[in-house]
Amino acid sequence: MLSRVANSIYWMCRYIERAENVARFISVNLNLLLDMPSQEGQHWKPIVMTTGDQEIFEKKDPGYDHDEVIRFLTFDREYPNSILRCLAAARENGRSIREIISSEMWEHLNNFYLELTTQQFMAMALEDPHRFFKIIQMRSHLFTGLMDSTMSHGEAWNFARIGMMMERADKTSRILDVKYFMLLPQASLVNAPIDHIQWMAVLKSASAFEMFRKEHHEITPHKVADFLIFDNQFPRSIRHCITKAKICMHRITGTPPGAAMNLAEKRLGRMQADIEYTDINEVVAIGLHEYLDTLQSNLNQVGAAIGTTFFNLPPLVEASDQEQ
Amino acid sequence: METFKTYDPGDFYDELIDESGKPRPGAKLLIDRIDSLPEGDLVLRQKEAEALLLKMGITFNVYGRDEGTEKIFPFDLIPRIVSGTDWQQIESGLKQRIHALNLFLQDIYNDKKILKDKVVPEDLVLSSRTYRKECEGFTPPRGIWCHVTGTDLIRDRDGRFYVLEDNLRCPSGVSYVLENRQVLKRTFPQVFQASKVRPVDEYPGKLLEVLSYLAPDHVQSPTIGVLTPGIYNSAYFEHSFLSQQMGVELVEGRDLVVADGFVHMLTTKGLKRVDVLYRRIDDDFIDPTVFRPDSMLGVKGLIGVYKAGRIAMANAPGTGIADDKVIYAYVPAIIKYYTGEEAILPNVPTYICRNDKDRAYVLSHLDELVVKAANESGGYGMLIGPHASEAERAAFAEKIKAEPRNYMAQPTIALSRVPTIIGDRIEGRHVDLRPYILFGKDIYVQPGGLTRVALKKGSLVVNSSQGGGSKDTWVV
Repeated sequence: MLSRVANSIYWMCRYIERAENVARFISVNLNLLLDMPSQEGQHWKPIVMTTGDQEIFEKKDPGYDHDEVIRFLTFDREYPNSILRCLAAARENGRSIREIISSEMWEHLNNFYLELTTQQFMAMALEDPHRFFKIIQMRSHLFTGLMDSTMSHGEAWNFARIGMMMERADKTSRILDVKYFMLLPQASLVNAPIDHIQWMAVLKSASAFEMFRKEHHEITPHKVADFLIFDNQFPRSIRHCITKAKICMHRITGTPPGAAMNLAEKRLGRMQADIEYTDINEVVAIGLHEYLDTLQSNLNQVGAAIGTTFFNLPPLVEASDQEQ
Repeated sequence: METFKTYDPGDFYDELIDESGKPRPGAKLLIDRIDSLPEGDLVLRQKEAEALLLKMGITFNVYGRDEGTEKIFPFDLIPRIVSGTDWQQIESGLKQRIHALNLFLQDIYNDKKILKDKVVPEDLVLSSRTYRKECEGFTPPRGIWCHVTGTDLIRDRDGRFYVLEDNLRCPSGVSYVLENRQVLKRTFPQVFQASKVRPVDEYPGKLLEVLSYLAPDHVQSPTIGVLTPGIYNSAYFEHSFLSQQMGVELVEGRDLVVADGFVHMLTTKGLKRVDVLYRRIDDDFIDPTVFRPDSMLGVKGLIGVYKAGRIAMANAPGTGIADDKVIYAYVPAIIKYYTGEEAILPNVPTYICRNDKDRAYVLSHLDELVVKAANESGGYGMLIGPHASEAERAAFAEKIKAEPRNYMAQPTIALSRVPTIIGDRIEGRHVDLRPYILFGKDIYVQPGGLTRVALKKGSLVVNSSQGGGSKDTWVV
């Protein structure tokens, strides 16, 4: 398959996953605010931090309030990771490979974007945000479902899955990192009811609350981190994402499991081994933030290696996300 | 109200209604059906069809806005109907014409017999901007130059079809033919079935046959690609659509490299050899080492590989000379020269400005004539005398005097009209017809083609860049 095509399909899926995650973060936060309306300002900042684009937001200096954050994260055309820009980028990528993806996928993606640009949708985001962000999430799920059931699970599909899994692992790690950082220093609040609500919100931000409950009855920071990083079954845990990405990569190359023939396989394989042979106690000993920081930089390294190995991109001096 | 009961065909040839106001043969079922629809229904169906096209992303780009705004190519629901008898003449006429033009291309780049015999003036050919000296002495694979042609036909008030233009470079629009048909099938299923409309859907399969036929002999199962300038090209949808329908790769210049004497694609598993390219990039841009050096779209060294016979290309470089609008005037003579036959489809009478007598006539009759530049397309570089102002005509006269070789003129033809939905009424609008012709083992003419319609009242310019739309074309 053409390198350019693989690159486009990979990014198409990353951008859709990214848009969905932003929508979910906002959605969860809106719910959280209903429980603790007095602390509005404090709750919007972590959302922006989760995206890693705090600097861009603060440069605009609109203040961390409901409307401004929603506008920035959803509709800002100058901000490359706003939902609108993500979908525009997903669609541009989709358009350049529309002969590769199914027409169901293309039509859905096209429509998804076009509707988002209408006045009616923009108004809904501020007037009825719960409904709005639910729609965004469901459409993203629908896209994933269409991809799964209308497109052959060949090379292109596997690149799409890798893109989705890489993005998801990154987002789960970020939400955990930011929330842990926000919540844990306030040692006095541990076990207070408010803390409980906040940790539920962390889980909900990764759609993980119900599944967590089935595994663990008690919500503790330790267990939440364990679940979001190491759970083997939950589809948004970092371990799960990395394992799935690795499977897809080996399907593409045909390299037997346990072996690695190129840089991307080596880096991803190393990451997977690392996560397989680490546990939460070790992470706590290292420091969760330090651990997640390394993990994110490793994810970026894998991303860069995918670029050089498959997409024919020149190697980057510094590993970073090569957006396109 | 959108009905034929109040429809006025006017003083033109109407494609659906005859002189006495009755439906033409083949059109009755459709007209009865439209008239039987409840009020507002046709307009509603038209809106639905437009929404469908937008959703399918069948759009072209409008430049200069942040959002990368796209528009659908305006589409009108009422089809144009061509009778079987008319079609027979069109089909045989086009086959004859393409056959002769292909012989012409082979001749002028090799023996130049037609020039030596002074049937076509030698300096006219050699001075054309689209004559490619690089192709001299070359014979393309299987001796075919013009694999894909879209020939523009018009029908005059007398009811006869004329050839208006030949497009032998990268004619576009065939995807609209296929998509318009999908929409029409959904909109008028019963009428469609009962009218026994000839299918157009074979086109991608036929194109694939042509491309496979061109592959070098040593290649068992050729790798074929459609070469596109990329997503910002106005015909990108078509490039992507055709490659999808044929199941071949869609490649951009940056996906291709020349190495070891072959053209390769950059793939996730390294280089892969390409054997045939259906290129939708003009000659000028296709290889910066041979043609325009500033081209970012092409592939360095492509022409070298092509001339070594290691890749085939459709259409062959150099075909543009045959759709030079001045050479056009000689096509009936070209047909006669190579086949000994009279042209089945006549040309529109043409005045060649490089001939003194013709030029004098043109300059003194600018208010009656349509003047065209030799190598422009998309409705640019032309003057429609009767619709132009005094100042515009004067400016054009200067251009003609400065560069007579580059201009030709034709009488203003009263293009035939087809009933078209305008607001909530049905009104007549002028149309042309572009059938698509494929040249491989034999010549195939897609039954139908793109009917382009000038949506502006009274306008004779059907190009999409000038406010034109399209209709489905039914050959019954």
